[in-house]
Amino acid sequence: MSVLRAVTLALRMLAREWRSGELGVLMLALTVAVSALTGVGFLVSRISTAVAMQASEVLAADIRLGSPQPIAEQYFVEAARHGLRTARNTALLSVVFNGDTSQLTNLHAVSDGYPLRGQLLVADEPFAKGSLARGIPARGEVWPDSKLLAALGGRLGTTLSIGAATFRVSHVLISRPDQGGTFADLTPTLLMNAADLPATQLIQPGSRVSYGALFAGRRDRIEPFETWLRSHKKRGERLRDIAEASPQIKNAVDRAGRFLSLASLVSVLLCAIAVAMSARRYVFRHLDSVALLKTLGATRAFTLSVTLLQLLVIALLAAITGSAIGYLAQEWLVRTLRGLLTSAELPPASLMPVGIGFMTAIAVLGGFALPPLLQLSRVPAIRVLRRDVGPPPLLMLLAFGPAVAVVVILIYWVVLDWKLFFGFTVGLAGFIAALTLAGFLLVALAGKLRGSVGVAWRYGVANLSRRRTESVVQIVAFGTGIMVLLLLSIIRGDLNSDWRHTLPANLPNYFFINIPPGERDHFVGFLNEHGARTTRVLPMIRGRLTGINGRSVDDLRFGGDRGDNFATREQNLTWTSELGADNRIVAGSWWTRADFGKPLASLATEFQESLGVKLGDRLSFDIAGETFDVRVASIRKVKWDSFQPNFFIVFAPGVLEDTAGSYMTSAYFNATDAHALAQLARTFPSVSIFDIDDLLAQVRSVLDKAVLAVQSVFVFTLFAGLTVLLAAVQSSRDERRYESAMLRTLGASRNTVLQGVLAEFTTLGLLSGLLAAAGASIAAYFMTTRVLELHYTFELWVWGVGLAGGTLLVAGSGWLATRSVVNQPPLITLRAG
Amino acid sequence: MNTKPMPSAQAQIVRDSVLKAENLSKQVSSPEGSLTIVHGVSLDIAAGESVAVVGASGAGKSTLLALLAGLDLPTTGRVLLEGTDLTQLDEDGRARLRAQRVGFVFQAFHLLPALTALENVMLPLELAGRRDARSAAFETLQRVGLKDRTGHYPRQLSGGEQQRVALARGFVTRPAVLFADEPTGNLDTATGRRVGELLFELNANSHTTLVLVTHDRELAARCARIVTMEAGRVV
Ligand SMILES: Nc1ncnc2c1ncn2[C@@H]1O[C@H](COP(=O)(O)OP(=O)(O)OP(=O)(O)O)[C@@H](O)[C@H]1O
Ligand SMILES: [Mg+2]
Repeated sequence: MSVLRAVTLALRMLAREWRSGELGVLMLALTVAVSALTGVGFLVSRISTAVAMQASEVLAADIRLGSPQPIAEQYFVEAARHGLRTARNTALLSVVFNGDTSQLTNLHAVSDGYPLRGQLLVADEPFAKGSLARGIPARGEVWPDSKLLAALGGRLGTTLSIGAATFRVSHVLISRPDQGGTFADLTPTLLMNAADLPATQLIQPGSRVSYGALFAGRRDRIEPFETWLRSHKKRGERLRDIAEASPQIKNAVDRAGRFLSLASLVSVLLCAIAVAMSARRYVFRHLDSVALLKTLGATRAFTLSVTLLQLLVIALLAAITGSAIGYLAQEWLVRTLRGLLTSAELPPASLMPVGIGFMTAIAVLGGFALPPLLQLSRVPAIRVLRRDVGPPPLLMLLAFGPAVAVVVILIYWVVLDWKLFFGFTVGLAGFIAALTLAGFLLVALAGKLRGSVGVAWRYGVANLSRRRTESVVQIVAFGTGIMVLLLLSIIRGDLNSDWRHTLPANLPNYFFINIPPGERDHFVGFLNEHGARTTRVLPMIRGRLTGINGRSVDDLRFGGDRGDNFATREQNLTWTSELGADNRIVAGSWWTRADFGKPLASLATEFQESLGVKLGDRLSFDIAGETFDVRVASIRKVKWDSFQPNFFIVFAPGVLEDTAGSYMTSAYFNATDAHALAQLARTFPSVSIFDIDDLLAQVRSVLDKAVLAVQSVFVFTLFAGLTVLLAAVQSSRDERRYESAMLRTLGASRNTVLQGVLAEFTTLGLLSGLLAAAGASIAAYFMTTRVLELHYTFELWVWGVGLAGGTLLVAGSGWLATRSVVNQPPLITLRAG
Repeated sequence: MNTKPMPSAQAQIVRDSVLKAENLSKQVSSPEGSLTIVHGVSLDIAAGESVAVVGASGAGKSTLLALLAGLDLPTTGRVLLEGTDLTQLDEDGRARLRAQRVGFVFQAFHLLPALTALENVMLPLELAGRRDARSAAFETLQRVGLKDRTGHYPRQLSGGEQQRVALARGFVTRPAVLFADEPTGNLDTATGRRVGELLFELNANSHTTLVLVTHDRELAARCARIVTMEAGRVV
């Protein structure tokens, strides 16, 4: 039979079914699914680009290589080969003169293109509001920062001498992206052109210069280059990327990213459920047509191609409309919520999600719709005479294999993380298995209860057990849908409240280090007097890790760059008896009073992972020439975004008390308290003060974006969930129409039939809701604690909402959808049957 | 009624035989074990002959019809349609043969709701690969008195009209054999009678062999031969 004939017939039937609204739900399910998926995809891509770019600003690049030696040209050549942009930033300390006035200054000699990420703000006078700078200082010109220019008593046009050369001040530097997040020094800064550096003759053998190479480019180009760089760089050259540059931002981005991946996965799964249901319904509705076509002489290949063609057209239409709706929806969300965003606008969406939407639509159709559709073509022609004859049952493997495969592949594709993948997949499989089991149990139970309830309930419950497989499928589908919505609500609430906890408006915005032990109480008293909100005060001792389990660190090789850094650089150590609320023990145990004085240490996970040490390992530290051997007693997960003093390495009390050290703390100062800070600086001249307001603003804006994304994902998922409900109800509507007509013909009143339907849906909804609440609570526990690293609180409302919501939603929509069926005069239904 | 042909007529009938069933049996498995619903049925139907299959409900009439039309395969025995052994063909082979040589009319009309009356009638022609589908379909619809209803969908037609569309669809390919399973079963008496008349009229005009399952004595009586079934056997 010719392909052309199949195409014309398929299109003609499709057009007619389209007009009659037969395809509405299938189309809707796919469209909503695709729009949810692409909408979330668009938003995620925009936000993650924005966030990554923002995080990069801390480095003024995507990757930064630092070295005390000039950086080899080879790296720049290789970077250019990878299609990356590059710049140099050479920093050194020198004295800058304005006539007789001088000031020790941190010189930054930068090359064209600097900064590769973020922006330079300049003004015409010190402390003024900055505006975007065009390029870098021209040759012969310099941009001193406000503090420097004020200290030197200069203004625009002043000539400053640096080393052997003189320069004209052409702008005041207000801010540069890499001025330092964590602990920048307080020395004033001056920006100059790298080409002028030789003329100053400041770089002599033995002078302390820090050479920096900056690299930036597209993510897919940066990654291979970073890998190359890691394996080629010399010891002593230090590589920093976004992840390391700013642990606070990294933390926030990670959380948001994980949540968004999981959330978009939810849309995918809901999509699959809705499509599976619609496909089942499609098959069910077309059994007669296909049997008739075969009776009239159509071959199996012909009927199959008719069905497949129809599906393909539907998929294409849904993918196109869905992508368009998804794009518009996220654009609308971004526009309406723009006021909430504190910082720069989001970059435009990439077109990637459209491709992802198409591929996912096809994959989901292939996994969930194809098996039943293949089945459709196997319905025997004899069905035209015996309506109860259906297609032969599908092999279990064929029925579920493709669906499972598609789900598993999609999950991995979305999370791209084996741990998360296994956790999620196993959780999902367990949940579905539990639902299925519970479904079968209920159905068996219903059979027993049948005798003891009224006629309507008996009819309703009997229906459940008669259509056992269908009932279980519906319980699983409803249950999954409700669970996902519950889970999303829990986690959304957790995220929001947790972020509000960690980032209140009065989060510490100043760090104070180098507080002399003798002045500690005086200092804290001063802070309290001036209304600053203080946090814990921790001792800070400098020390170097020298050995692990008796082996010198010089003989040990560590996996990453970070491990090498930890092993070679001086560390800040502290000791404390209390475990902060922003620290969580993940292994071992925190010390008790009985342990005080014992050589024990607690490590942050970052430190422990980079060095690959375990609980019980012995670490040797050199502190001011003295060796301390300590045993690793616990591993802590530190929430760096609490902005409280935190240390990678914490000693038990009673070990380090005699070593020379100072104290550090953080505090919140109102922006108007500048004079209090000035007074503090005068009273405690040795204390260093760090202003982290800028960093905080960055983190806040990242979190704002993440919250926006979470809200939008919730909206999309809600729509996807509603579509699943619609699809489920619609499919049962078909199965019920005939029956209710039969019952009414047999003399059952409309009310009895309705009550029966209601009884059935109520039971379905109750059970789905119960299972969903249980599933959501368990999943929420794992997700909040393991994935999002938040604090889990048991929520009773989940059960209330799950049960009530499930029952109301399922019973309500079931009733709504079936009402018209029951109201229809029985004759019409039976004749049309 | 004696369905065995007279010896003298046998040669004549064999020569013009269109449909021949040899010792057909159909066994199905049921919860109570294996069940024989058609028992050793042999039939020989000549070209242009009309045969009514009658019998109580559950006697196996529809089952026999399905076997004769190649919709189902017998457990034993064989069916020859214009000399082709249906039991030797696979599902698609039988479908192709039906497309060319067989027409159907069912009790429950079985029109495709997605297609108009005209498109429903065109369907078997298109499946048989005929190019003149539209004009032939239109002409046949005209013959059943529905030329004003060609653009209507089944839902917009009365039961009698739907069955007339089904008749047009059954005859439009000018099949060698037309199978009808209680074509008037769903209609009121008056409409049923009119549809019955139309059926025989079309049958006479197109020289089609008719195999008709019916409970309607009047309709059965118009057939040249009546085959009575009882518990799966022809009696
Ligand atoms: N696949 C099958 N499995 C089990 N039983 C079957 C099957 N096919 C037919 N039967 C049974 O065989 C018997 C004959 O069925 P058939 O439909 O041929 O009867 P009929 O003579 O057409 O009846 P009616 O006049 O009611 O249409 C019935 O009892 C039916 O239930
Ligand atoms: Mg029958």
